[in-house]
Amino acid sequence: MRVSLRVNGTEAEADCWEGESLLWALREQLGYPGSKNACEQGECGSCSVLFDGVLVCSCLVLAAQADGHEVTTIEGLADGDRLHPVQEAFLETGAVQCGFCTPGLVVAAAYLLERSPEPSDEEIREALSGNLCRCTGYEKIFAAVRLAARSQVGREGRG
Amino acid sequence: MEVLTPRSLREALLVKADRPDAVAIQGGTDLMVALNFDRSRPATVLNLNEVAELRGWSRDNGTLRLGSALTYAEAMRSELAAELPALAEASRTVGSPQIRNRGTIGGNLATASPAGDALPPLHLESAEVECASVRGVRRVPLDEFVTGVKRTVLAPDELISAVWVTPSGASQTFMKVGPRNAMVIAVVSLALSAGEELRASFGSAGPRPVLVTAPRAEADTFAERVAAAASPIDDVRGSAVYRRHALRVLASRALERTMG
Repeated sequence: MRVSLRVNGTEAEADCWEGESLLWALREQLGYPGSKNACEQGECGSCSVLFDGVLVCSCLVLAAQADGHEVTTIEGLADGDRLHPVQEAFLETGAVQCGFCTPGLVVAAAYLLERSPEPSDEEIREALSGNLCRCTGYEKIFAAVRLAARSQVGREGRG
Repeated sequence: MEVLTPRSLREALLVKADRPDAVAIQGGTDLMVALNFDRSRPATVLNLNEVAELRGWSRDNGTLRLGSALTYAEAMRSELAAELPALAEASRTVGSPQIRNRGTIGGNLATASPAGDALPPLHLESAEVECASVRGVRRVPLDEFVTGVKRTVLAPDELISAVWVTPSGASQTFMKVGPRNAMVIAVVSLALSAGEELRASFGSAGPRPVLVTAPRAEADTFAERVAAAASPIDDVRGSAVYRRHALRVLASRALERTMG
C-alpha cells in the first residue's frame, strides 16, 4: 500500500506492506536509518521519533497510521550543518559509547527540553525512562541533558 | 493483510459490521508487538487513529465521558487528574513517555489484561464501558465488561467508543509493585479510595476486576480483606504468595495515604 507522509519537512511516499511498522518504513523504504531497530516492542526507545510533534516509539506505529502525518527523526534535528543543542551536549559530555541508543535518547531529550526548558533531575530521569542504554550507566547522558538545557536557556537569553 | 482507515465513527462501525473479524488498532502498543513478532496476522486491521469522535474527554453535568482514544498522557494532565486522581497516578506508571503518548484507555479495556493499569482506578469509580455498533450503543459496567483474562463482552461488530465515569471526589490513590518504576507490567497493583466507604480494586491478582468495599469504621481489617479477595497465580513476574502479601502491604499504605 502507498503511504504518504512528511519526514523532516520533506514529502515522502513509501510502498509498504500493510503490517509494517513506521520504523521499518523509515529505515528500509525511506532512507532514514538513524532510528534504530532493537526490541520492536516499545521497551528500549532506540526507535524514538516525533510523530506529529509527539514522542513515540516508531516500532509501535503502523506505517499505514502515518499516512498524512508528520514525522521528525534524528536526521531532522540538526539545522543544516549546525547540530541540535542536545547533539552538541552529547558530544561535549561524552554521553555516547557504542552509539546505538543515542538517536533515541537525543530525540527524547530534545522533546523534553522543548516542553520543559529547565528540567529538574527527576524530570530528566522520568523523560528518559523509556530509553535503554547498556554502556554509559546514564550519568553522562543526564549531564548532557543538563548542559543542553543550560546552553539553550543561555542562547535564548542572549537573544 | 488489509488496513482500513475510517474517518468517522459511523464509518468505523459500518466496517466492523461488515468485517467482524477486523482487528482494531489505536495506539498500537499491544497489537504492533504481535505484528512485529509474527504472533498475529489479522486479515483486516481497522485503524481508528482518524476517528475524531473517539478522542479527548467531555463533561455532561457531573459525569465524564472519556473517549476510548484518550491516552495515558492525556489522563495525567491536570484538569482530568483533578477529577480522577487514581487514574492519573496509574497512567503515570504505564510504560514510558513514548508508550503513554500512544497507549489509550480504550485499548487497555479491549486488551483486558489482568495487569491493565487503567482498570483498577476506573473500576473504583464504577466506570461504564460504552460499546458501539451499527445496532446501537450500550453501556456495560466495567466489572461486567471484563469476563476473564483478556476476555470481554464486546461483540464482534462492536467497538469501544468511550468510558463513562462519575468522579466520587473521594480521596484515592493507585500503587503498583514491579522491579523498577518505568516499563513495568504490574506484579500487583491496587486502586483504593476512602470516601463514605472504603473501596479497592486490584490488578494482576485475579482474572477479572473485583471490587472490595467496607464501612470506614472497618479500616483496621480492610487490608486483610483486600488480600483475601484476590485469587493470584504463580507466573514469571511473581508468586501467588508474594502477590497476596504485597497486596496487603499496598492496601495498608494506601489506607494511610488516603485516610491520613
